[in-house]
Amino acid sequence: MTALMTDLKRLGSMKAPDGFAERVLVEVGMADSYARFDTVLGEVYVAWNRFGVSAAARCASVAEFEEMFKREVGRPLLPAPAPADLAAKIEDELSGKRRMRFDLRQLTEFQQAVLRKAYEIPRGEVRPYGWVAKEIRRPDAVRAVGTALANNPIPYFIPCHRVVRTDGHIGNYGGGGPEAKKAILTMEGVRVNRLQELGRGGVRYQGVKTTKIYCYPTCHSGQRALEKNIVWLHDEKSARAAGFRPCKVCRPAAVAS
Amino acid sequence: MEGVERVFEKMVREHQHRIYAVGFALTGNRHDAEEVAQDTFLRAYRALGTYPPDRIRELKQKAWLHRIAVNVVRNRARGAKPRTAELNGSESDLMPGPESRALQRAEMDDLACRLAVLPPRFREAVVLRHVHEMTYAEVAEALDQPVGTVKSNVHRGLKLLRGEHDDRVDD
Repeated sequence: MTALMTDLKRLGSMKAPDGFAERVLVEVGMADSYARFDTVLGEVYVAWNRFGVSAAARCASVAEFEEMFKREVGRPLLPAPAPADLAAKIEDELSGKRRMRFDLRQLTEFQQAVLRKAYEIPRGEVRPYGWVAKEIRRPDAVRAVGTALANNPIPYFIPCHRVVRTDGHIGNYGGGGPEAKKAILTMEGVRVNRLQELGRGGVRYQGVKTTKIYCYPTCHSGQRALEKNIVWLHDEKSARAAGFRPCKVCRPAAVAS
Repeated sequence: MEGVERVFEKMVREHQHRIYAVGFALTGNRHDAEEVAQDTFLRAYRALGTYPPDRIRELKQKAWLHRIAVNVVRNRARGAKPRTAELNGSESDLMPGPESRALQRAEMDDLACRLAVLPPRFREAVVLRHVHEMTYAEVAEALDQPVGTVKSNVHRGLKLLRGEHDDRVDD
């Protein structure tokens, strides 16, 4: 009698296996999983949950990544075997062949708008910080745009490296400093040195004499122009004065509000 | 939504062992126990999303979760037959430990197996009353049964566990 009761009671003191609570939280999307992937950029730690990829970083160690995730995202995080198709998806995303889903829930509306806008910049092209600010209809918030991009929790995937300064400096980069930014842009096909030279010379836009359209220098729609038809323009005013209209693809002029 | 998530995370951390233990006592093996516990919390999460804030605040979490867990086990039983025996330690959650601990573990598994073959209504009553030491009133609430029924089921369940014959078992 008593022995049975004691045994029954002991049954009640069973402990759930390690990591059980985290697995439940992962299941409902309140915690994230992560794994390390070999990519075109080298080893990258990637975190994901049921809404999509939530963080990425090139870190020296697991501890560094976990620390970064805790600081920037704040949800519980659990190492996990990667879903079978994730490595291929990551490879495709980083080489521009596919669009992934991202989870940016923990960010403000403004931060999300900045990152979504950066995500629209095609591979092989760059845009100024001011362009992002104008496009999201916050033309005065250029510095805040810079801050939001610097705190991008999913660099490489959301290409904050494609946002650069117009004065010939490449601009800072949370994903490994200006050198890393240059390297990634070069890998994507941007002629970084030429871009920097143009910037230093005060050139902002490329006009094409035959079409009377001006673009950002890396805009793909301006790339087909013959060298002899190209004019370099310093600002919007002189471009307009010379009879050029802004490109509708890269939208170098202020967005009408 | 933020609020619900915080409530839920706290609920999982606070009740995970208890609900796992219910799963173990009701199914008789660790693998099913984890599935039951996980299912229980998933259902709880979905339900919380539909509750108004004051209902969440006044929720008696323990009884509520136990009730969900009992239902999860009942639903599973309706599908496949539960596995009542766990083969010797092939499960991945086996912790290496001192021999005494392994022995204890075997005893626990044995008892859980004996519980698992009880008719469900006795098993549920015994598990909640004596494994989880809930009061008869709490058990009655969790099982949605009158207190008198619960008392009778606990009594007859214990009798069966002790190996005494109960003539009324097959009603």
